[in-house]
Parts: sequence; C-alpha cells; structure tokens
Amino acid sequence: MAKRIDVSGLSAYYGSHKAIDDISMTVEPRSVTAFIGPSGCGKSTFLRTLNRMHEVTPSGRVEGKVMLDDENLYGSGVDPVAVRRTIGMVFQRPNPFPTMSIFDNVAAGLRLNGSYKKSELKDIVERSLKGANLWNEVKDRLNKPGSGLSGGQQQRLCIARAIAVEPQVLLMDEPCSALDPISTLAIEDLIGELKERFTIVIVTHNMQQAARVSDRTAFFNLAAVGQPGKLIEIDETERIFSNPSVQATEDYISGRFG
Amino acid sequence: MSLMTDRRAVSDGGSPLPVSLKQPRLPRWTPPVFALVAAGAGYGIGQAAGLDSTVQCALIAGAVFVLGTFALAAGVEGARQAKDRLATSLVWLAFLIAVVPLASLLWETVARGTKVLDGYFLSHSMGTTPDALPGGGIYHAIIGTLEQVGLATLIAAPLGLLTAIYLVEYGRGKLARVVTFFVDVMTGIPSIVAGLFILSVWILILGFGPSGFAGAMALAILMMPVVVRSTEEMLKLVPNELREASLALGVPKWRTILKVVLPTSIGGITTGVMLAIARITGETAPVLLLVWGAKTINNNPFQDAQQSLPLYVFQQWQQGSDASYDRAWAAALVLIAFVMILNLVARGIARWKAPKTGR
Repeated sequence: MAKRIDVSGLSAYYGSHKAIDDISMTVEPRSVTAFIGPSGCGKSTFLRTLNRMHEVTPSGRVEGKVMLDDENLYGSGVDPVAVRRTIGMVFQRPNPFPTMSIFDNVAAGLRLNGSYKKSELKDIVERSLKGANLWNEVKDRLNKPGSGLSGGQQQRLCIARAIAVEPQVLLMDEPCSALDPISTLAIEDLIGELKERFTIVIVTHNMQQAARVSDRTAFFNLAAVGQPGKLIEIDETERIFSNPSVQATEDYISGRFG
Repeated sequence: MSLMTDRRAVSDGGSPLPVSLKQPRLPRWTPPVFALVAAGAGYGIGQAAGLDSTVQCALIAGAVFVLGTFALAAGVEGARQAKDRLATSLVWLAFLIAVVPLASLLWETVARGTKVLDGYFLSHSMGTTPDALPGGGIYHAIIGTLEQVGLATLIAAPLGLLTAIYLVEYGRGKLARVVTFFVDVMTGIPSIVAGLFILSVWILILGFGPSGFAGAMALAILMMPVVVRSTEEMLKLVPNELREASLALGVPKWRTILKVVLPTSIGGITTGVMLAIARITGETAPVLLLVWGAKTINNNPFQDAQQSLPLYVFQQWQQGSDASYDRAWAAALVLIAFVMILNLVARGIARWKAPKTGR
C-alpha cells in the first residue's frame, strides 16, 4: 500500500525564478514526515512537486528526480493524472466542491475517474468518512451540501475525499492552519491513525504540531528573500527538536530567527 | 447654530476632541417631507414663471431639493453631515432620472399596446389584412422570432461557451491574446455590419435567398462575443482551489472542467446566455437585410422570407395608419414581455443552480 519516496537533485521554478534548489531526501513509508521552515522557503512548492501539482501553475517547471519506490514521477511517458491518483493531497484551506453533497464530495474522486456501482460507492464513502473520523457527525445528512459543514468538518471531509481513492501517499499542505485547536487535535489524531496505511507528508508552520505528529522532520530555509529555498537537514523528529546537527535549525526552532 | 460654530472653532483649533459626542440631527422624516416641499416649489416657480415644460419644473424641484437639504443640514447638523446629505440626495436624483424614462416607456407601451392585444392578435398573421385596416396579428412574427433567435442561440452558445473555456482554462500566449482581441472587436460590430456581411457572403456570393437562417447567422455573430465575455467572467470566478482539489484527486483536466468548473458556474453562464438572447431578440437591422419580412406564416426558417417581432414593429410603424400604429405598439409590448420573461427565467435558473450553503 504505502510507498517510499526518494527525491534527488530536485529544483523547481516559477518562470525564470528558482523557488527551490537541489533538494534530495527520502520519505519513509508508513510514517509521517513534517516540513518546517519560514514562509517563502519553498515547503509548499516542494510538496507540490511530489505529486506533479507544481506544473499546474502556469510557468511552473521542475528539474530532478522523484522516485516512488522504483518509478520516476518525472520520467518520460508518466501520466501526471496517474501520479495524482497515487499521491493524494489535502490543501491549506478546506475546499469541498460547492455543487456536490457530502456523499458526492467523498465519491468525487472515484466517480470522476470511472463508473462505480451505487452499493460499491456507498461502502467506500462510509469507509472513507469513518477513516476521517467524520462518519458519526454526517451520517444522517449525506445528501446535504458539503459547504454547510464547519471548517474543521470540511477539512476532514477533504481528507475523506483524498483517502477515498486509496492513494499510496498523502500530502498535506498546512491542513490545520485555518482551524481551531479542537479541530486541529481531531486532525492530528487522524494523522496518527492514517499513517498505519499511508505515507504522510505534512507541511506545517506550527512546530509543536510537527513535534507531536511526525516521525521525521525536514527543515527548509532560504539564504535571503528572492533566493531559492534549500533543505537544511532532515532527521528523526526527536533529534531535530533536541539536538539538531545544524545551527540554523536550532536557531529557528528556539525562535532566535525566522 | 451656536453649537455648530462652537464645534467648528474647536476643530479649526486643531483639537481632536469634540465637546460632546452628541450632535444635533435632523429628524428622519426630513428628506421625504422636504422632497414634497421641493416638488411644490418646483411646480409653483414653474407656474409663476409661466413655464410650459414639466421637465423644467422637475429640474427646478430637483435643484431646490439638493441645495435645500444641503443648506438645512449645514445649518443644523454641521459640514460633514451636510456633505453626506448632498451626496445622498444626488444619488436619489440620479436614480429618479434613470427610472423615470424606463417607467414612462413601460407605461406608454402597456397603455397603447393593450388596445389590440388579444388572443386573435397573437394567433393570426397579416396574410389577409390590408395594412391600413384594423385586424391581423403577429403569429407569423412570433414564429419567426422564436426560430431565428433559437437558431442563432444554437450556433452562438456552444461556440461562445467553448471559446470562453479555451480562453480561461487552456489559453496561453499569442493565440489566446489574438482570440481575446477579436472577441473584443466583435463586441463592437454594429448590427447592420453583421447583416451586410452575411448578405454579401450568403445571399450575394453564394446565391441563397432570404431566410430565417440567414438572419440567425447574423444574430449569432452579434451574440457570440456577449456569450464569450460573460462566460469568461463566470469561469474566472470559480476558485482555483476547486480545480486543484479535483486535479489532486487524479481527475483529468477535461473532466475537472466538465464536472467541477462548469457545474459551479452554470448559473452565471445560463444568465449570461439568456441576456445575450435578450439582446439579439430586439435586433432589427440584420433581419431587415436578410429575412426581409413577410405578411404570411412561414414555418420553415431555411427557405423564403420570414417575419420577426422587431421588424414587424418597424414595418407597421412605416405604414402610418392608426390601425398599424396600434399593431406596432401591441407587438412592441409582446417583444418587451418576451425579453422580460427570458430575464426572469435566467434569474430563476441562476438561483436554482447556485451553489447551496445548506445550513
């Protein structure tokens, strides 16, 4: 189910502007990897290169290799649509489809990709909503619009939608930054459960969150505004937060800059 | 009065603190009552000066109202409130100036149009009725308008929709800029030029006769840029996050557009198409050139001359007899009602299809 991601020599551009420079790292399967770093250092851009969403942005361009087990995502003949089915994504702001009901939102990924039997869909939707800890709250109003839920519920709906297509990897781009502490806790618990089945990569500005949920943490930084972002180090979360090998990491984590 | 000068002295002195937070205010009924007073004053002045025109009286009343409320507010409430009242009364005046012609037009059309408007009028053509005599109807014109506008919509709506989708979702670089430029140019084409273009190509060069279809092609030329523009705006309103959410689920781009982008914006797109239809329904010039107008019913839009409502109005007015004037007004009323119904339908669809919040 879950797969390993091996990145080597990856750079991403917006037009002629280099956003991230020469990043290499490994993301272990069935674990949570957190990306931390100051704003504008390229965490989100890097995350989006991992399922080829970066190139959706006009003028977005990528160099380098991303290996999913032993397949290069940027190899010739690789279909970005297939990549995105394998590597799901949850965004910063909850974005349920406004024209669809809760049920249709969760079923969207499957239904838009082919035909499924109604009963089959029902099972998958129920399983996904249970997986996202949302089933008990919405089981009586599956036909109501998804945009009527609260922010935290909407975000869990988006997670349910992402895991309904059974991806190998789940990328989360600051999934809790628009949520209150209680919803954040719900989602962090959920991440803990989901890592049994998926490889999870999460971008966060909240260092406590990184410390709480992740097994490994990567610290990104940029030399100056306008310079490309770089990976400073990646290590076990415990080591990063207690005894990092680079001074800049310690400065950032202890709040001395950034 | 003394309070006002006091406060002004304070603020001129540069002190930011007003003496009191309370200020004298005019009672709420002041503006409407003053409007009545101004109307009376306008009428009185007009009478006294021996003016014949009600427009002049109304302008005097408007000036009295605007200046009067300003002066009154300046005296009682202070300079800032006076400016506020001045702006408010100018907005009201502008509103009245905009609404009065519209209301008068509707009133005139309804008053004159209902004279001969009945079931017979709607269900008969002019086939056996001499132009100068009463009788006859607009059935042939209604059929013609429905068929010509329907055909034009069938041509222009899909083309416009696809163009807009290309421009918003796919268009990059030179081609998109060229297409946008030509859509802009097309928006400005006078309807008579569109008619002449089809006339020269379809009738003069290719040798076809006049027909509803020829008119529909010219109407489609006029309709297409309107559809493109409105659809473009609606598609741009769809948040990018929804497209990304769909793409990130591994949905191909074309399916994302079809199943996520279009359903989200379908209400606005429908409204835009309906408004474009309403716009071309009233076009006379291309119909005059290409459809020619007929006195009898012709159900086939692909052969021979047809009639249409705006052209019927024009031709009846040209006849110049009392009976034909009545028919022209009645047909104009039907045309207005047709466009109004289209607008109402568009609003209904927009409300029905709008994304629901579901609280």
